[in-house]
Amino acid sequence: MSTPKTKTIRTDALARVEGEGAMYVRIAGREVEEVKLNIYEPPRFFEAFLRGRGFTEVPDITARICGICPVAYQMSSVTAMEMACGIEVDGQLRALRRLLYCGEWIESHALHVFMLHAPDFLGYPSAIELARDAPDVVASALEMKKIGNELMTVVGGREVHPINVKVGGWYRAPRKGELAPLVPKLERAREIALEAVRITSGFDFPDYEQDYELVALDHPGEYPIDRGRVVSNRGLDIPVTEYDDHFVEEHVEWSNALHSRIIERGSYLCGPLARFALAADRLSPIARDAAREAGLEPSERNPFKSIVVRSVELVYAADEALRIIAEYEEPDAPAVEVEPRAGVGYGCTEAPRGILYHRYEIDAEGSILDAKIVPPTSQNQRTIEEDLRGVVERSLDMPDEELTIRCEQTIRNYDPCISCATHFLTLDVERR
Amino acid sequence: MTAVVVCVGNRLRGDDAVGLEVARHLRGTLPAGVGITEREGEPTTLIDAWDGADALWVVDAVSSGSEAGTVHRLEAGEQPLPQGPFRASTHHVSLAETVELARVLGRLPAQTVVYGIEGGSFAIGEPLTPAVAAAAVAVADAIREEVATGAG
Repeated sequence: MSTPKTKTIRTDALARVEGEGAMYVRIAGREVEEVKLNIYEPPRFFEAFLRGRGFTEVPDITARICGICPVAYQMSSVTAMEMACGIEVDGQLRALRRLLYCGEWIESHALHVFMLHAPDFLGYPSAIELARDAPDVVASALEMKKIGNELMTVVGGREVHPINVKVGGWYRAPRKGELAPLVPKLERAREIALEAVRITSGFDFPDYEQDYELVALDHPGEYPIDRGRVVSNRGLDIPVTEYDDHFVEEHVEWSNALHSRIIERGSYLCGPLARFALAADRLSPIARDAAREAGLEPSERNPFKSIVVRSVELVYAADEALRIIAEYEEPDAPAVEVEPRAGVGYGCTEAPRGILYHRYEIDAEGSILDAKIVPPTSQNQRTIEEDLRGVVERSLDMPDEELTIRCEQTIRNYDPCISCATHFLTLDVERR
Repeated sequence: MTAVVVCVGNRLRGDDAVGLEVARHLRGTLPAGVGITEREGEPTTLIDAWDGADALWVVDAVSSGSEAGTVHRLEAGEQPLPQGPFRASTHHVSLAETVELARVLGRLPAQTVVYGIEGGSFAIGEPLTPAVAAAAVAVADAIREEVATGAG
Protein backbone atom coordinates (compact mmCIF):
# COMPACT_ATOMS: atom_id res chain seq x y z
CA MET A 1 0.00 0.00 0.00
CA SER A 2 1.38 3.36 -0.91
CA THR A 3 1.88 6.01 1.74
CA PRO A 4 -0.87 8.59 1.67
CA LYS A 5 0.13 11.90 0.20
CA THR A 6 1.08 14.52 2.74
CA LYS A 7 -0.08 18.02 2.07
CA THR A 8 -0.79 21.08 4.10
CA ILE A 9 -2.80 24.09 3.07
CA ARG A 10 -2.75 27.23 5.11
CA THR A 11 -4.63 30.43 4.59
CA ASP A 12 -3.90 33.48 6.68
CA ALA A 13 -7.41 34.37 7.50
CA LEU A 14 -10.94 33.36 6.89
CA ALA A 15 -12.65 36.59 6.03
CA ARG A 16 -16.32 37.32 6.07
CA VAL A 17 -17.03 35.57 9.32
CA GLU A 18 -17.98 37.92 12.10
CA GLY A 19 -14.97 38.13 14.31
CA GLU A 20 -12.11 35.73 14.74
CA GLY A 21 -11.42 32.09 15.20
CA ALA A 22 -9.39 29.31 13.72
CA MET A 23 -10.26 26.16 11.91
CA TYR A 24 -8.19 23.06 11.42
CA VAL A 25 -8.94 20.07 9.21
CA ARG A 26 -6.65 17.05 9.03
CA ILE A 27 -7.10 14.58 6.21
CA ALA A 28 -5.19 11.28 6.10
CA GLY A 29 -5.51 9.65 2.75
CA ARG A 30 -9.24 9.60 2.15
CA GLU A 31 -10.20 9.88 5.78
CA VAL A 32 -11.04 13.09 7.58
CA GLU A 33 -9.25 12.54 10.86
CA GLU A 34 -9.98 15.72 12.69
CA VAL A 35 -12.03 18.89 12.43
CA LYS A 36 -11.64 21.63 15.01
CA LEU A 37 -13.14 25.07 15.16
CA ASN A 38 -11.50 27.31 17.69
CA ILE A 39 -13.05 30.44 19.08
CA TYR A 40 -10.62 32.44 21.12
CA GLU A 41 -12.79 34.54 23.33
CA PRO A 42 -16.11 33.41 24.66
CA PRO A 43 -18.75 35.62 26.27
CA ARG A 44 -17.86 34.23 29.65
CA PHE A 45 -15.49 37.17 30.05
CA PHE A 46 -18.57 39.32 29.78
CA GLU A 47 -20.33 37.12 32.30
CA ALA A 48 -17.59 37.91 34.81
CA PHE A 49 -17.75 41.58 33.87
CA LEU A 50 -21.48 41.62 34.66
CA ARG A 51 -21.17 40.28 38.20
CA GLY A 52 -21.63 43.03 40.75
CA ARG A 53 -23.27 45.35 38.24
CA GLY A 54 -26.79 46.68 38.71
CA PHE A 55 -29.69 44.88 37.08
CA THR A 56 -30.58 47.93 34.99
CA GLU A 57 -27.16 47.94 33.35
CA VAL A 58 -27.57 44.68 31.41
CA PRO A 59 -29.01 46.03 28.15
CA ASP A 60 -26.21 48.52 27.70
CA ILE A 61 -23.39 46.21 28.72
CA THR A 62 -24.53 43.10 26.87
CA ALA A 63 -25.21 45.13 23.69
CA ARG A 64 -21.44 45.55 23.51
CA ILE A 65 -20.76 41.85 23.27
CA CYS A 66 -21.58 41.82 19.59
CA GLY A 67 -21.46 44.55 16.97
CA ILE A 68 -23.86 42.65 14.76
CA CYS A 69 -26.59 41.53 17.11
CA PRO A 70 -26.73 44.02 20.00
CA VAL A 71 -30.54 43.95 19.97
CA ALA A 72 -30.55 40.20 20.54
CA TYR A 73 -28.32 40.66 23.58
CA GLN A 74 -30.49 43.49 24.84
CA MET A 75 -33.74 41.59 24.33
CA SER A 76 -32.59 38.36 25.95
CA SER A 77 -31.08 40.28 28.86
CA VAL A 78 -34.03 42.58 29.61
CA THR A 79 -36.50 39.71 29.27
CA ALA A 80 -34.48 37.71 31.77
CA MET A 81 -34.19 40.64 34.19
CA GLU A 82 -37.90 41.34 33.95
CA MET A 83 -38.64 37.73 34.83
CA ALA A 84 -36.27 37.96 37.78
CA CYS A 85 -38.12 41.06 38.96
CA GLY A 86 -41.53 39.48 38.41
CA ILE A 87 -42.85 41.62 35.59
CA GLU A 88 -43.65 41.06 31.94
CA VAL A 89 -43.60 43.66 29.18
CA ASP A 90 -46.47 43.34 26.74
CA GLY A 91 -48.75 45.30 24.44
CA GLN A 92 -47.21 48.12 22.41
CA LEU A 93 -44.01 48.07 24.47
CA ARG A 94 -43.42 44.51 23.37
CA ALA A 95 -44.48 45.27 19.80
CA LEU A 96 -41.79 47.96 19.71
CA ARG A 97 -39.23 45.41 20.84
CA ARG A 98 -40.22 43.13 17.99
CA LEU A 99 -40.00 46.12 15.65
CA LEU A 100 -36.49 46.92 16.84
CA TYR A 101 -35.59 43.27 16.40
CA CYS A 102 -36.84 43.42 12.78
CA GLY A 103 -34.34 46.24 12.25
CA GLU A 104 -31.55 44.04 13.51
CA TRP A 105 -32.61 41.11 11.34
CA ILE A 106 -32.63 43.43 8.32
CA GLU A 107 -29.19 44.83 9.15
CA SER A 108 -27.62 41.49 9.93
CA HIS A 109 -29.20 39.37 7.19
CA ALA A 110 -28.61 42.03 4.50
CA LEU A 111 -24.94 42.11 5.39
CA HIS A 112 -24.60 38.36 5.46
CA VAL A 113 -26.64 37.45 2.41
CA PHE A 114 -25.20 39.99 0.00
CA MET A 115 -21.79 40.87 1.29
CA LEU A 116 -20.55 37.83 3.18
CA HIS A 117 -22.18 34.72 1.75
CA ALA A 118 -23.23 35.56 -1.83
CA PRO A 119 -19.59 36.01 -2.97
CA ASP A 120 -19.01 32.31 -2.12
CA PHE A 121 -21.76 31.19 -4.45
CA LEU A 122 -20.80 33.59 -7.24
CA GLY A 123 -17.10 32.78 -7.13
CA TYR A 124 -15.82 36.07 -5.77
CA PRO A 125 -13.25 36.31 -3.00
CA SER A 126 -15.21 39.12 -1.33
CA ALA A 127 -17.94 41.71 -1.71
CA ILE A 128 -15.33 44.13 -3.07
CA GLU A 129 -14.81 42.05 -6.21
CA LEU A 130 -18.54 41.37 -6.41
CA ALA A 131 -19.12 45.13 -6.31
CA ARG A 132 -16.80 45.63 -9.28
CA ASP A 133 -18.89 43.31 -11.46
CA ALA A 134 -22.32 43.92 -9.92
CA PRO A 135 -22.30 47.30 -8.22
CA ASP A 136 -26.10 47.43 -8.24
CA VAL A 137 -26.35 44.29 -6.14
CA VAL A 138 -23.96 45.58 -3.50
CA ALA A 139 -25.54 49.02 -3.59
CA SER A 140 -28.94 47.39 -2.95
CA ALA A 141 -27.46 45.55 -0.01
CA LEU A 142 -26.09 48.75 1.44
CA GLU A 143 -29.41 50.47 0.82
CA MET A 144 -31.26 47.71 2.63
CA LYS A 145 -28.84 47.73 5.50
CA LYS A 146 -29.22 51.46 5.77
CA ILE A 147 -32.99 51.08 6.04
CA GLY A 148 -32.38 48.66 8.90
CA ASN A 149 -30.08 51.25 10.46
CA GLU A 150 -32.78 53.90 10.16
CA LEU A 151 -35.35 51.68 11.84
CA MET A 152 -32.85 51.04 14.62
CA THR A 153 -32.21 54.76 14.98
CA VAL A 154 -35.90 55.71 15.22
CA VAL A 155 -36.82 52.96 17.69
CA GLY A 156 -33.53 52.27 19.40
CA GLY A 157 -32.10 55.76 19.47
CA ARG A 158 -28.95 54.79 17.61
CA GLU A 159 -28.16 52.91 14.43
CA VAL A 160 -25.92 50.20 15.79
CA HIS A 161 -25.98 49.90 19.56
CA PRO A 162 -29.45 51.00 20.64
CA ILE A 163 -29.54 53.12 23.78
CA ASN A 164 -33.29 53.37 24.21
CA VAL A 165 -33.92 49.88 25.61
CA LYS A 166 -34.37 49.51 29.37
CA VAL A 167 -35.51 46.87 31.81
CA GLY A 168 -39.29 47.41 31.87
CA GLY A 169 -39.60 48.86 28.38
CA TRP A 170 -38.09 51.98 26.85
CA TYR A 171 -36.65 55.30 27.91
CA ARG A 172 -38.84 56.90 25.29
CA ALA A 173 -41.53 55.49 23.01
CA PRO A 174 -41.53 56.78 19.43
CA ARG A 175 -44.41 58.94 18.20
CA LYS A 176 -46.54 57.57 15.39
CA GLY A 177 -45.30 60.44 13.22
CA GLU A 178 -41.73 59.30 13.71
CA LEU A 179 -42.49 55.79 12.46
CA ALA A 180 -44.52 56.90 9.42
CA PRO A 181 -41.51 57.96 7.28
CA LEU A 182 -40.14 54.44 7.67
CA VAL A 183 -43.07 52.93 5.76
CA PRO A 184 -41.95 53.68 2.17
CA LYS A 185 -38.40 52.70 3.10
CA LEU A 186 -39.49 49.36 4.52
CA GLU A 187 -41.61 48.76 1.44
CA ARG A 188 -38.47 49.34 -0.60
CA ALA A 189 -36.54 46.97 1.69
CA ARG A 190 -39.19 44.32 1.10
CA GLU A 191 -38.76 44.73 -2.65
CA ILE A 192 -35.00 44.35 -2.41
CA ALA A 193 -35.49 41.30 -0.21
CA LEU A 194 -37.88 39.70 -2.70
CA GLU A 195 -35.22 40.21 -5.34
CA ALA A 196 -32.68 38.64 -2.98
CA VAL A 197 -34.88 35.55 -2.69
CA ARG A 198 -35.06 35.32 -6.48
CA ILE A 199 -31.30 35.76 -6.87
CA THR A 200 -30.19 33.40 -4.12
CA SER A 201 -32.65 30.65 -5.01
CA GLY A 202 -30.96 30.48 -8.40
CA PHE A 203 -27.53 29.76 -6.97
CA ASP A 204 -25.85 26.38 -7.37
CA PHE A 205 -25.94 24.59 -4.04
CA PRO A 206 -23.48 21.90 -3.01
CA ASP A 207 -25.24 18.58 -2.70
CA TYR A 208 -25.27 18.10 1.06
CA GLU A 209 -27.95 17.38 3.65
CA GLN A 210 -27.97 16.36 7.27
CA ASP A 211 -30.67 15.06 9.56
CA TYR A 212 -30.28 17.84 12.10
CA GLU A 213 -32.08 18.36 15.37
CA LEU A 214 -33.47 21.84 14.74
CA VAL A 215 -34.11 24.15 17.68
CA ALA A 216 -36.07 27.39 17.66
CA LEU A 217 -38.48 29.38 19.78
CA ASP A 218 -42.18 28.73 19.50
CA HIS A 219 -45.05 31.06 20.33
CA PRO A 220 -48.57 30.58 18.98
CA GLY A 221 -49.27 32.57 15.85
CA GLU A 222 -45.83 34.18 15.62
CA TYR A 223 -42.76 33.56 13.53
CA PRO A 224 -40.11 33.16 16.25
CA ILE A 225 -38.26 36.34 17.15
CA ASP A 226 -38.66 37.67 20.65
CA ARG A 227 -40.38 35.08 22.83
CA GLY A 228 -41.59 31.54 23.09
CA ARG A 229 -40.91 28.06 24.36
CA VAL A 230 -37.79 26.26 23.19
CA VAL A 231 -38.81 23.50 20.79
CA SER A 232 -37.21 21.08 18.36
CA ASN A 233 -38.19 18.72 15.55
CA ARG A 234 -37.39 15.82 17.88
CA GLY A 235 -39.93 16.58 20.52
CA LEU A 236 -38.16 19.06 22.76
CA ASP A 237 -40.79 21.50 24.07
CA ILE A 238 -39.77 23.36 27.21
CA PRO A 239 -40.17 26.76 28.82
CA VAL A 240 -36.99 28.85 28.82
CA THR A 241 -36.72 28.29 32.58
CA GLU A 242 -35.86 24.64 31.90
CA TYR A 243 -33.14 25.38 29.33
CA ASP A 244 -30.34 24.35 31.68
CA ASP A 245 -32.04 21.01 32.33
CA HIS A 246 -31.81 20.07 28.66
CA PHE A 247 -28.79 21.91 27.26
CA VAL A 248 -25.25 21.68 28.54
CA GLU A 249 -22.12 23.56 27.63
CA GLU A 250 -18.86 21.67 27.50
CA HIS A 251 -15.30 22.77 27.30
CA VAL A 252 -13.26 21.29 24.46
CA GLU A 253 -9.49 21.55 24.58
CA TRP A 254 -9.08 23.27 21.19
CA SER A 255 -11.45 26.16 21.82
CA ASN A 256 -11.97 28.73 24.54
CA ALA A 257 -15.64 28.83 23.70
CA LEU A 258 -17.96 26.28 25.19
CA HIS A 259 -19.73 23.80 22.95
CA SER A 260 -23.43 23.31 23.56
CA ARG A 261 -25.32 20.08 23.21
CA ILE A 262 -28.72 18.73 24.06
CA ILE A 263 -28.10 16.49 27.05
CA GLU A 264 -30.20 13.61 25.77
CA ARG A 265 -28.99 13.65 22.17
CA GLY A 266 -26.04 15.83 21.21
CA SER A 267 -25.52 18.47 18.57
CA TYR A 268 -28.28 20.64 17.20
CA LEU A 269 -28.83 23.51 14.83
CA CYS A 270 -30.46 26.85 15.47
CA GLY A 271 -30.95 29.86 13.21
CA PRO A 272 -32.79 30.48 9.93
CA LEU A 273 -33.00 26.87 8.72
CA ALA A 274 -34.41 25.77 12.09
CA ARG A 275 -36.88 28.64 12.34
CA PHE A 276 -38.13 28.05 8.84
CA ALA A 277 -38.46 24.30 9.37
CA LEU A 278 -40.46 24.76 12.56
CA ALA A 279 -42.49 27.88 11.80
CA ALA A 280 -42.72 28.45 8.04
CA ASP A 281 -46.51 28.43 8.34
CA ARG A 282 -46.29 31.53 10.56
CA LEU A 283 -44.49 33.72 8.03
CA SER A 284 -46.50 36.56 6.55
CA PRO A 285 -48.27 35.71 3.27
CA ILE A 286 -45.76 37.68 1.17
CA ALA A 287 -42.79 35.92 2.77
CA ARG A 288 -44.53 32.55 2.52
CA ASP A 289 -45.20 33.09 -1.18
CA ALA A 290 -41.59 34.10 -1.74
CA ALA A 291 -40.43 30.91 -0.06
CA ARG A 292 -42.77 28.82 -2.16
CA GLU A 293 -41.62 30.46 -5.39
CA ALA A 294 -38.04 29.81 -4.34
CA GLY A 295 -38.87 26.14 -3.93
CA LEU A 296 -38.16 26.14 -0.21
CA GLU A 297 -39.90 23.54 1.91
CA PRO A 298 -39.89 23.25 5.71
CA SER A 299 -38.23 19.88 5.15
CA GLU A 300 -35.15 21.60 3.66
CA ARG A 301 -31.99 20.26 5.30
CA ASN A 302 -29.29 21.56 2.97
CA PRO A 303 -27.42 24.08 5.14
CA PHE A 304 -26.13 25.91 2.04
CA LYS A 305 -29.73 26.94 1.37
CA SER A 306 -29.71 28.96 4.57
CA ILE A 307 -28.86 31.93 2.34
CA VAL A 308 -32.28 31.57 0.68
CA VAL A 309 -34.00 31.23 4.06
CA ARG A 310 -32.20 34.36 5.26
CA SER A 311 -33.50 36.18 2.21
CA VAL A 312 -37.04 34.99 2.99
CA GLU A 313 -36.55 36.19 6.56
CA LEU A 314 -35.47 39.56 5.17
CA VAL A 315 -38.81 39.76 3.36
CA TYR A 316 -40.55 38.78 6.58
CA ALA A 317 -38.65 41.25 8.76
CA ALA A 318 -39.55 44.15 6.46
CA ASP A 319 -43.14 42.96 6.22
CA GLU A 320 -43.48 42.39 9.96
CA ALA A 321 -42.01 45.84 10.67
CA LEU A 322 -44.63 47.34 8.36
CA ARG A 323 -47.39 45.43 10.17
CA ILE A 324 -46.22 46.59 13.59
CA ILE A 325 -45.97 50.21 12.43
CA ALA A 326 -49.47 50.03 10.89
CA GLU A 327 -50.92 48.72 14.15
CA TYR A 328 -48.87 50.93 16.46
CA GLU A 329 -50.58 53.00 19.16
CA GLU A 330 -48.48 55.26 21.34
CA PRO A 331 -48.32 53.73 24.82
CA ASP A 332 -49.38 55.71 27.89
CA ALA A 333 -45.96 55.22 29.44
CA PRO A 334 -42.72 54.14 27.78
CA ALA A 335 -41.94 51.59 30.50
CA VAL A 336 -43.40 49.78 33.47
CA GLU A 337 -41.90 50.32 36.91
CA VAL A 338 -39.46 47.62 37.89
CA GLU A 339 -38.39 47.03 41.48
CA PRO A 340 -35.57 44.56 42.02
CA ARG A 341 -36.06 41.49 44.15
CA ALA A 342 -33.86 38.53 44.85
CA GLY A 343 -34.35 35.95 42.17
CA VAL A 344 -33.37 34.27 38.93
CA GLY A 345 -34.56 35.25 35.47
CA TYR A 346 -34.29 33.59 32.08
CA GLY A 347 -34.46 35.10 28.61
CA CYS A 348 -34.20 33.57 25.17
CA THR A 349 -34.72 35.31 21.84
CA GLU A 350 -33.93 34.63 18.20
CA ALA A 351 -30.77 36.47 17.22
CA PRO A 352 -30.42 36.56 13.43
CA ARG A 353 -28.12 33.54 13.68
CA GLY A 354 -30.10 31.54 16.26
CA ILE A 355 -31.33 31.39 19.83
CA LEU A 356 -29.49 33.46 22.43
CA TYR A 357 -30.00 32.36 26.02
CA HIS A 358 -29.39 34.50 29.12
CA ARG A 359 -29.82 33.68 32.80
CA TYR A 360 -29.21 36.08 35.66
CA GLU A 361 -29.35 35.80 39.40
CA ILE A 362 -29.77 39.07 41.28
CA ASP A 363 -29.98 39.98 44.95
CA ALA A 364 -32.71 42.03 46.65
CA GLU A 365 -30.96 45.28 45.70
CA GLY A 366 -30.72 44.24 42.05
CA SER A 367 -27.00 43.55 42.05
CA ILE A 368 -26.02 40.77 39.62
CA LEU A 369 -24.72 37.71 41.46
CA ASP A 370 -24.36 35.41 38.49
CA ALA A 371 -24.76 35.63 34.72
CA LYS A 372 -24.85 32.98 32.02
CA ILE A 373 -24.92 33.76 28.30
CA VAL A 374 -25.09 31.11 25.59
CA PRO A 375 -24.71 32.68 22.14
CA PRO A 376 -26.06 31.00 19.02
CA THR A 377 -22.61 30.36 17.61
CA SER A 378 -21.70 28.22 20.64
CA GLN A 379 -24.92 26.33 20.11
CA ASN A 380 -24.14 25.71 16.46
CA GLN A 381 -20.46 25.04 16.85
CA ARG A 382 -20.66 21.24 17.05
CA THR A 383 -22.93 21.18 14.05
CA ILE A 384 -20.56 23.42 12.10
CA GLU A 385 -17.76 20.95 12.82
CA GLU A 386 -19.91 17.99 11.82
CA ASP A 387 -20.90 19.75 8.59
CA LEU A 388 -17.26 20.53 7.85
CA ARG A 389 -16.38 16.91 8.30
CA GLY A 390 -19.24 15.83 6.05
CA VAL A 391 -18.50 18.42 3.39
CA VAL A 392 -14.78 17.59 3.34
CA GLU A 393 -15.54 13.86 3.11
CA ARG A 394 -17.65 14.50 0.02
CA SER A 395 -15.10 16.85 -1.53
CA LEU A 396 -11.80 15.01 -1.14
CA ASP A 397 -11.06 15.16 -4.84
CA MET A 398 -11.34 18.92 -4.95
CA PRO A 399 -8.14 20.89 -5.45
CA ASP A 400 -6.97 22.27 -2.12
CA GLU A 401 -7.77 25.84 -2.93
CA GLU A 402 -11.32 24.97 -3.89
CA LEU A 403 -11.71 22.78 -0.83
CA THR A 404 -10.60 25.64 1.39
CA ILE A 405 -13.17 27.92 -0.17
CA ARG A 406 -15.83 25.25 0.27
CA CYS A 407 -14.94 24.98 3.97
CA GLU A 408 -15.26 28.72 4.37
CA GLN A 409 -18.60 28.67 2.60
CA THR A 410 -19.73 25.89 4.93
CA ILE A 411 -18.81 27.88 8.02
CA ARG A 412 -20.63 30.90 6.64
CA ASN A 413 -23.82 28.83 6.30
CA TYR A 414 -24.14 29.50 10.01
CA ASP A 415 -23.29 33.21 9.86
CA PRO A 416 -21.18 32.52 12.93
CA CYS A 417 -20.94 35.54 15.10
CA ILE A 418 -17.54 34.83 16.46
CA SER A 419 -17.13 38.47 17.37
CA CYS A 420 -18.86 37.57 20.58
CA ALA A 421 -15.36 36.80 20.40
CA THR A 422 -12.78 37.41 18.11
CA HIS A 423 -10.41 38.78 15.50
CA PHE A 424 -8.98 36.32 13.01
CA LEU A 425 -10.28 33.08 11.72
CA THR A 426 -7.34 31.17 10.33
CA LEU A 427 -8.00 28.06 8.38
CA ASP A 428 -5.63 25.12 8.11
CA VAL A 429 -6.30 22.07 5.98
CA GLU A 430 -3.65 19.44 6.48
CA ARG A 431 -3.44 16.37 4.29
CA ARG A 432 -1.28 13.44 5.25
CA MET B 1 -14.24 71.53 0.27
CA THR B 2 -15.81 69.36 2.94
CA ALA B 3 -13.70 67.40 5.36
CA VAL B 4 -14.61 64.82 7.95
CA VAL B 5 -12.75 62.90 10.63
CA VAL B 6 -14.26 59.47 11.32
CA CYS B 7 -13.14 57.84 14.55
CA VAL B 8 -13.80 54.14 15.00
CA GLY B 9 -13.80 52.16 18.22
CA ASN B 10 -15.55 50.21 20.94
CA ARG B 11 -15.39 51.83 24.34
CA LEU B 12 -15.64 48.56 26.22
CA ARG B 13 -12.75 46.84 24.49
CA GLY B 14 -9.56 48.29 25.92
CA ASP B 15 -7.35 49.88 23.27
CA ASP B 16 -10.05 49.41 20.64
CA ALA B 17 -11.45 52.66 22.09
CA VAL B 18 -8.46 54.69 20.92
CA GLY B 19 -10.29 56.09 17.89
CA LEU B 20 -12.95 57.51 20.19
CA GLU B 21 -10.23 58.97 22.39
CA VAL B 22 -8.80 60.79 19.37
CA ALA B 23 -12.29 62.19 18.70
CA ARG B 24 -12.42 63.46 22.27
CA HIS B 25 -9.10 65.27 21.86
CA LEU B 26 -10.22 66.79 18.56
CA ARG B 27 -13.60 68.07 19.67
CA GLY B 28 -13.77 71.86 19.73
CA THR B 29 -10.32 72.22 18.16
CA LEU B 30 -11.05 71.82 14.45
CA PRO B 31 -12.17 74.59 12.07
CA ALA B 32 -15.93 75.03 11.72
CA GLY B 33 -17.30 72.75 9.05
CA VAL B 34 -14.91 69.89 9.68
CA GLY B 35 -17.06 67.10 11.05
CA ILE B 36 -15.99 64.63 13.73
CA THR B 37 -17.96 61.39 13.69
CA GLU B 38 -17.67 58.45 16.05
CA ARG B 39 -18.50 55.03 14.67
CA GLU B 40 -18.33 51.45 15.83
CA GLY B 41 -17.07 50.08 12.53
CA GLU B 42 -20.33 48.96 10.94
CA PRO B 43 -19.71 49.34 7.20
CA THR B 44 -22.82 51.15 6.00
CA THR B 45 -22.68 53.77 8.72
CA LEU B 46 -18.98 54.27 8.01
CA ILE B 47 -19.58 54.84 4.31
CA ASP B 48 -22.48 57.15 5.10
CA ALA B 49 -20.27 59.08 7.49
CA TRP B 50 -17.80 60.03 4.77
CA ASP B 51 -19.97 59.87 1.64
CA GLY B 52 -19.79 63.16 -0.28
CA ALA B 53 -16.78 64.53 1.61
CA ASP B 54 -13.71 65.67 -0.30
CA ALA B 55 -11.21 64.90 2.42
CA LEU B 56 -11.37 62.14 5.00
CA TRP B 57 -9.33 61.09 8.00
CA VAL B 58 -10.19 57.74 9.58
CA VAL B 59 -8.78 56.63 12.91
CA ASP B 60 -8.97 53.05 14.20
CA ALA B 61 -7.07 50.66 16.39
CA VAL B 62 -4.98 48.04 14.62
CA SER B 63 -3.19 44.87 15.54
CA SER B 64 -0.25 44.19 13.25
CA GLY B 65 2.32 42.96 15.73
CA SER B 66 4.05 46.31 16.23
CA GLU B 67 4.67 47.81 19.62
CA ALA B 68 1.57 49.19 21.35
CA GLY B 69 1.12 52.86 20.54
CA THR B 70 2.84 52.64 17.15
CA VAL B 71 1.10 54.96 14.70
CA HIS B 72 0.56 53.79 11.12
CA ARG B 73 -0.38 56.52 8.64
CA LEU B 74 -1.68 55.38 5.28
CA GLU B 75 -2.85 57.46 2.34
CA ALA B 76 -5.72 55.43 0.97
CA GLY B 77 -7.10 57.85 -1.61
CA GLU B 78 -5.11 56.35 -4.43
CA GLN B 79 -3.94 52.98 -3.22
CA PRO B 80 -5.62 50.10 -1.46
CA LEU B 81 -5.26 49.67 2.27
CA PRO B 82 -3.34 46.60 3.38
CA GLN B 83 -6.04 44.24 4.68
CA GLY B 84 -3.89 42.68 7.38
CA PRO B 85 -3.58 45.15 10.23
CA PHE B 86 -7.12 46.49 9.95
CA ARG B 87 -8.68 43.06 10.27
CA ALA B 88 -8.03 43.18 13.94
CA SER B 89 -10.94 44.88 15.50
CA THR B 90 -14.12 43.91 17.22
CA HIS B 91 -15.95 44.96 14.08
CA HIS B 92 -17.52 42.77 11.45
CA VAL B 93 -16.51 43.84 7.96
CA SER B 94 -13.05 45.25 8.48
CA LEU B 95 -12.21 48.90 8.02
CA ALA B 96 -9.91 48.00 5.13
CA GLU B 97 -12.69 46.09 3.40
CA THR B 98 -15.10 48.95 3.97
CA VAL B 99 -12.66 51.46 2.49
CA GLU B 100 -12.12 49.25 -0.56
CA LEU B 101 -15.83 48.66 -0.97
CA ALA B 102 -16.45 52.41 -0.84
CA ARG B 103 -13.73 52.92 -3.43
CA VAL B 104 -15.31 50.40 -5.83
CA LEU B 105 -18.71 52.03 -5.38
CA GLY B 106 -17.27 55.49 -5.98
CA ARG B 107 -17.98 56.57 -2.43
CA LEU B 108 -14.48 57.10 -1.06
CA PRO B 109 -13.23 60.69 -0.78
CA ALA B 110 -10.34 61.43 -3.16
CA GLN B 111 -8.21 62.45 -0.23
CA THR B 112 -8.34 59.71 2.39
CA VAL B 113 -5.88 59.24 5.21
CA VAL B 114 -6.17 56.30 7.57
CA TYR B 115 -4.50 56.41 10.96
CA GLY B 116 -4.08 53.03 12.61
CA ILE B 117 -2.94 53.02 16.20
CA GLU B 118 -1.42 49.78 17.36
CA GLY B 119 -3.35 48.41 20.32
CA GLY B 120 -1.72 46.56 23.19
CA SER B 121 -4.75 45.02 24.84
CA PHE B 122 -8.32 44.60 23.65
CA ALA B 123 -9.53 43.17 26.95
CA ILE B 124 -13.09 43.85 27.96
CA GLY B 125 -13.64 46.75 30.31
CA GLU B 126 -9.99 47.76 30.48
CA PRO B 127 -8.80 51.37 30.05
CA LEU B 128 -6.41 52.43 27.28
CA THR B 129 -2.85 51.32 27.87
CA PRO B 130 -0.55 54.33 28.51
CA ALA B 131 1.36 54.10 25.23
CA VAL B 132 -1.89 53.99 23.29
CA ALA B 133 -3.35 56.92 25.23
CA ALA B 134 -0.22 58.92 24.36
CA ALA B 135 -0.54 57.93 20.70
CA ALA B 136 -4.12 59.25 20.72
CA VAL B 137 -2.81 62.69 21.64
CA ALA B 138 -0.14 62.53 18.93
CA VAL B 139 -2.62 61.45 16.25
CA ALA B 140 -5.08 64.18 17.24
CA ASP B 141 -2.26 66.75 16.93
CA ALA B 142 -1.26 65.37 13.54
CA ILE B 143 -4.81 65.44 12.19
CA ARG B 144 -5.30 68.99 13.50
CA GLU B 145 -2.23 70.09 11.59
CA GLU B 146 -3.16 68.23 8.41
CA VAL B 147 -6.66 69.70 8.49
CA ALA B 148 -5.19 73.19 8.96
CA THR B 149 -2.73 72.86 6.09
CA GLY B 150 -5.06 70.93 3.82
CA ALA B 151 -2.54 68.10 3.65
CA GLY B 152 -3.84 64.65 3.35
